[in-house]
Amino acid sequence: MSIRVQDAAFDMGAELNAFSQALADNGVKAGAIVSFCGVTRDVAEGDLDAMVIEHYPGMTEAALGDIRAQAMARFSLAGAMIVHRYGRLAAGEIIMMVATAAPHRADAFAGAEFLMDYLKSRAPFWKKEITTRGESWVDAKDTDEAALKRW
Amino acid sequence: MELRYFAWLRERVGTGHEVVETEAATVSALVEELRARSEAHAFALSDLTSVRVAVDQQLVDFDASISEAREVAFFPPMTGG
Repeated sequence: MSIRVQDAAFDMGAELNAFSQALADNGVKAGAIVSFCGVTRDVAEGDLDAMVIEHYPGMTEAALGDIRAQAMARFSLAGAMIVHRYGRLAAGEIIMMVATAAPHRADAFAGAEFLMDYLKSRAPFWKKEITTRGESWVDAKDTDEAALKRW
Repeated sequence: MELRYFAWLRERVGTGHEVVETEAATVSALVEELRARSEAHAFALSDLTSVRVAVDQQLVDFDASISEAREVAFFPPMTGG
């Protein structure tokens, strides 16, 4: 499945192998596969106990599907996948991953960066940090919105 | 019309979902009605520079029409990834 939104943890290695195998099974020739994984980190300057991720069921899947379709067309990708978790995650857990496949690496890298830039500012996810000092919603960064302008 | 609130907007309004009767033609007009609904709504919707809106699950601007809308959602700028 190209787009998945789930609370369960996932194995990034298994996901990447499945992505690669699905391309091979469908006879898709891709000389380059690029992947990116986001990991829960301590953004606040407290001790992060957990990150809680909220999302907008329905709109999330639609937004990710739209972003993926744009990346596929723009970079002539042979394949692209997005997995994003929601719910409560401990520090160091994998939040999400994207993978792209293309005939050549430049498009695979660019496609993955495009997916990440759009996903950060256009897919309806919100992060809340739970630290020893309390809870706080993570603010969007101006740099995230600015990152879209390069595309 | 179904209203949805997410993240700190949900916390400030005090609910993630409510149904309202409205004749508002645009999101902006709906926001004015909601601000008058309760202090919690007024607080949540006090600074629209940090509020984003989706009509039927599509991101739109505050001047967007809602005359055909089934669901309007308010939430902060997104922080996925």
